[in-house]
Amino acid sequence: MKILLVGEYRENKLLDVTYDLIGFADKLEADKVMLAVGYEEDIPKFDGKLYLADAKALGEYNPSAHKQLVLDVVEKENPDLIVFIHSSFGWDLAPRVATSLKATQFTEVIDYKDNSFIVPSCNSKLRRELKSKTAKTVITIQAGAFTPLTEALGTPEIENISSDASSNVNFVAYEEAEEKGLDLTKAEIIVTAGRGVGKKDNIPIIQALADKLGGELGASRPVADNAWVDQSHQVGTTGQTVSPKLYIACGVSGAIQHLAGMKKSEFIVAVNTDKDAPINEVADILVVADVLQFVPALTSKLS
Amino acid sequence: MKVLVCIKQVPDMESKFKVNAQNNWFDENDLAYRINEYDEYAIEQAVQLKEQLSDVDVTVLCVGPARVKEAIKKALAMGCDRAVHIEDTESYIKDSSQVASLIADFAKDKSYDIIFTGMQSQDRGSAQVGVIVSELLNIACVSTIADFEYNEGITVKRELEGGLKSIIKVDTPVVLTCQLGLNTPRYPTLPNIMKAKKKELITIDSLELSSSDSLNETLNFYYPQKSGGSLILEGDVPELADKLIAILKEKTSVL
Repeated sequence: MKILLVGEYRENKLLDVTYDLIGFADKLEADKVMLAVGYEEDIPKFDGKLYLADAKALGEYNPSAHKQLVLDVVEKENPDLIVFIHSSFGWDLAPRVATSLKATQFTEVIDYKDNSFIVPSCNSKLRRELKSKTAKTVITIQAGAFTPLTEALGTPEIENISSDASSNVNFVAYEEAEEKGLDLTKAEIIVTAGRGVGKKDNIPIIQALADKLGGELGASRPVADNAWVDQSHQVGTTGQTVSPKLYIACGVSGAIQHLAGMKKSEFIVAVNTDKDAPINEVADILVVADVLQFVPALTSKLS
Repeated sequence: MKVLVCIKQVPDMESKFKVNAQNNWFDENDLAYRINEYDEYAIEQAVQLKEQLSDVDVTVLCVGPARVKEAIKKALAMGCDRAVHIEDTESYIKDSSQVASLIADFAKDKSYDIIFTGMQSQDRGSAQVGVIVSELLNIACVSTIADFEYNEGITVKRELEGGLKSIIKVDTPVVLTCQLGLNTPRYPTLPNIMKAKKKELITIDSLELSSSDSLNETLNFYYPQKSGGSLILEGDVPELADKLIAILKEKTSVL
């Protein structure tokens, strides 16, 4: 099997998740070809061929130009699988490439066995096992699902390529997050409020437990989006990645993006009425209870 | 300006799902349905644009069986002007390219300036349909927008990872897929629910539109096996609190 891996650079730097692509190809024991837009001074380590497009000439992500580069390399290499990371880059570009190739696409692949791909469904409560019916298959893989077992080594053989496809969307600039304010990455204890907390008025209950434990208040995405808690408290892919000694998830269902931001916590307690919630997969303890009853009880017992 | 909003009806994600007899999707009975959360942001953005400009006509479109009319009615009550139901009882086994083909075939001769949709559905999570529609219609697409501004041209912010956003300018026609937090979706008011009953809702049989064959098949649909590591505590709340404190004292260094 031959796999084309599409690497990710941003703001002139190779992103670490690129090595997840190599981990995936190694799991399949496949021949690796990679395409990346970047710089010769900063290339991924692996044994194989690297098609490198000059980042200075191409600029930041440009869907039309990047799509053309992928299609050109597909034509030269005839890979069976074209693999992206499931990221803002991958989920934007993969369907464009798949449509051009009349290939099927599987999104956020978390496992591969016997020629079939496993993807999460229904907010990650369930799994679907899928099989491609097209000659080529395009996939995005979940970041963290295929981390390399060993440190990647090797120096790829580089072939320079370019694209002059004009784009109908115009990148203007990047915008950094506003005042980060709170640094959750150094917190030893985090008590996180999820959607199950119900409403903004209930946040003080969660805050009180965090205060009692001498920890910080965290928030899941819906809680931050609804402005129940300031965005600077958000844990997850688009928020902060944390690894405290104790993480208490209160009414957090455990969307994949949230799990990616907290699963390295040393000890995880989930408080939830739903035993099927995905947060329970990473939890050390699941307390099956109503957050609004259990959390105040726990806080008062800690006095 | 003509705007199309593509929505999907999905089960409440808190539901207790049962796998269907074919092992390829969930059993659709006994579930409460609602508008896909991401799509509510798409509806709201279209309605806000209508409130900003005087000449905006918003069509909401939904593919699915008869039950999706409920979702369509809510979108009309939120402020969309008219609706199209592409009736398809088999939509749950159609892949993203097939669903996108139906939408693109419907939209191809209607000259929509902006097509809004959610960045993904909560049940399938493929994040493909909007992007494929743009490819089939050969128009621009910006996915995962977390900010939208119309001021002659369109400026959006794409949400990237780790708090970073990219600012992008784009002209119409364009497909924009919406991320959570883009705006605050409104609740329909009672007068608007009443008004919605009089709005146009046309139904088209999906067989009247062109769609390709499925490019993949679902071999299995299942609950993942529990990792087995987690200890489940159930029972009386005060006792649960005592048990948890005892465990935290034993297993962690923080208490």
